[in-house]
Amino acid sequence: MAVAVVCGAMLAISPLVIASADYESTMGLVQKIFYYHMPSAWIFLTASIVCGVASIRYLMTGDPRHDRTALAAGELVVVFGLLTLVTGPLWARKAWGTFWIWDARTTSSLVSWMIACAYLILRRYGGPGSEKLAAALALFGMANVPFIYISVNYWRTIHPATSVVPKLPFTMGFPLWFCVITFALLFIVLLKLRVRVEEQQARVDALYLSLDER
Amino acid sequence: MSLSLDFDRVTVDEVSRHFGRRRAVSRVSFVAPRGSIIGLLGPNGAGKSTLLAMLATLLRPSGGSIRYGTLQAADAPPELRGRIGVLGHDLFLYPELTARENLAFFAGLYGRHDADDAARAALMRAGLADRGDDLVSSFSRGMRQRVALERALIHDPRLALLDEPFTGLDESSTRALVTRLQGLRESGAAIVLATHDLDVADGLLDEAIFLREGRMVDSLSRPEGLRAAYRRAMTGPSRS
Amino acid sequence: MIRVAWLILRKDLTVEVRSKEIVYTTLFFAVSCVLVFAFALVREGRGPEDGAAGILWIAVMFAGNLALGRTFERERQSETLRALLLAPASRPAVYVGKLLGILVLLFGAELLLVPLVALLFQARLLSHPFWLTAIMTTGTVGFAAVGTLFAAMLVRARSRDVLLPVLLYPITVPVIIAGVRGTATLLQPELDAGIIRFWFALLVTFDVVFVTLALWTFEAVMTD
Repeated sequence: MAVAVVCGAMLAISPLVIASADYESTMGLVQKIFYYHMPSAWIFLTASIVCGVASIRYLMTGDPRHDRTALAAGELVVVFGLLTLVTGPLWARKAWGTFWIWDARTTSSLVSWMIACAYLILRRYGGPGSEKLAAALALFGMANVPFIYISVNYWRTIHPATSVVPKLPFTMGFPLWFCVITFALLFIVLLKLRVRVEEQQARVDALYLSLDER
Repeated sequence: MSLSLDFDRVTVDEVSRHFGRRRAVSRVSFVAPRGSIIGLLGPNGAGKSTLLAMLATLLRPSGGSIRYGTLQAADAPPELRGRIGVLGHDLFLYPELTARENLAFFAGLYGRHDADDAARAALMRAGLADRGDDLVSSFSRGMRQRVALERALIHDPRLALLDEPFTGLDESSTRALVTRLQGLRESGAAIVLATHDLDVADGLLDEAIFLREGRMVDSLSRPEGLRAAYRRAMTGPSRS
Repeated sequence: MIRVAWLILRKDLTVEVRSKEIVYTTLFFAVSCVLVFAFALVREGRGPEDGAAGILWIAVMFAGNLALGRTFERERQSETLRALLLAPASRPAVYVGKLLGILVLLFGAELLLVPLVALLFQARLLSHPFWLTAIMTTGTVGFAAVGTLFAAMLVRARSRDVLLPVLLYPITVPVIIAGVRGTATLLQPELDAGIIRFWFALLVTFDVVFVTLALWTFEAVMTD
């Protein structure tokens, strides 16, 4: 669990790293939310891809390991998505004057996040056999991403373009990448822990079953 | 429809099935050859319906295997389902359609090109030729059972699976069903039926398999005096 | 494959024609839905600008949700869905058969809803019949394709009544956006062909992708 220690340490230092970055001219202190918002968004996206791929593999092979990964990743999609959707508006209020805006990126994120929530609701309340159904939902959700994006994009758009990132000065670039790595490690740690919980659960179930055996 | 897929016996080999922590069927083994009637006997919750569902390829076993001849269930093509006939608890009939329409629909679904003729013949075998154009919802339980049985058998299956077929039948319907099953056995089908009705099963079965809590506690060939045997099986230790 | 799908479609239509239960309840519900919107949104005799397109599609989706639920509930009652899966028919054929049945029902509902909405909200929906048909058809197909798969999937699940909309609506967001925006474009005095062609193309792509996905996953999802 060395990774967890490193991650924890990085998380602890991150406020200091962020504080040492330059003040951004137009938005002032609030802009610093960006250092948590962007990595959250990237991990949100990564987690959904992990969940989608694991779901496809589960549908194709029926191997419960993929199902466990999909579940863990699905939960992290909701968590990091929530983080993104909360830090975003906090920043937006200062930057654009309003908490929410119906542009391509924000709306697509919201819809994808809702699909992830639906995924968890299905797994929780669908009763036995809902693993396969949830995997199908995850697959459909993943396939949907381009459609959601394109349709909302054509509908309206205002989000700052992604091209901002490569052009950042070093004092801003460093905290950003530091936070990205921190969040990535956090994601991996949480994923592994969650998968392990599910594995233990499966092991307990198997023990119960073999107890039944004579 | 290809009749080329055929088998002379169905082999159930150490088959288990669990749902989460609950073991529904545990290490059951038996063989159902052509021209035989196998009975699954046991109280509610013993695993009879689950076992039948696995034989019907609706459920996959968690352990063990089911073979149709030499064909493993897991490798089986969809045509295999065309050689299996199932009469479930819920009869599988559309109440809003007439008996004839139900039979013709399923005949067509199972690939019989002469669906209407098949439906007519089935109605005659069920003794319902005059009620063929009445809605199934207007039928009594016994009549519905007769139509459902013919629906299950309309494609000449090699394996017939029946879940509690005698439930709710009166004396004459029961006798008619027994005769039908015996005729089916003569024609070379393998029949596996689950039932509570020990008196009817007496003398009908070629082999009786007693299930308790998913486990096979005993099996008897050519059983007589089923009531006594059942009591022994359900209260004594497992003899398998 | 087509033969089986046709058999199932014919069976569904026969059953429906006999009882007419789903047809009547769905149509009535759709009309009530539109009326509720009318009472909520019409002020001084005029509906909201552009509102007609949104209201039309919402009514279609709510009605569709209801119809899907009822159709599969009926199959569940006599376990006839199981009987269909037991047949040697290929599973995708069963899916197509059910999908066509739902489409017939929804198209019927739309035939009623379009004039009704046009009338109540003074919207000139019928001014470009070709494009309207194109948008409504592709949109409905997209919604029904995903809906049929999910409804079939949920037949043996718990809480299936509420889970269907929970799963269906987020996934069909592109259909809603494209359908409503496309229909709204038709209400403009000047028809912008570029815009309408874009939405139409998006819907067609969505339909192709998701019908294919549904055909692929139907088998895996319906076996235990």
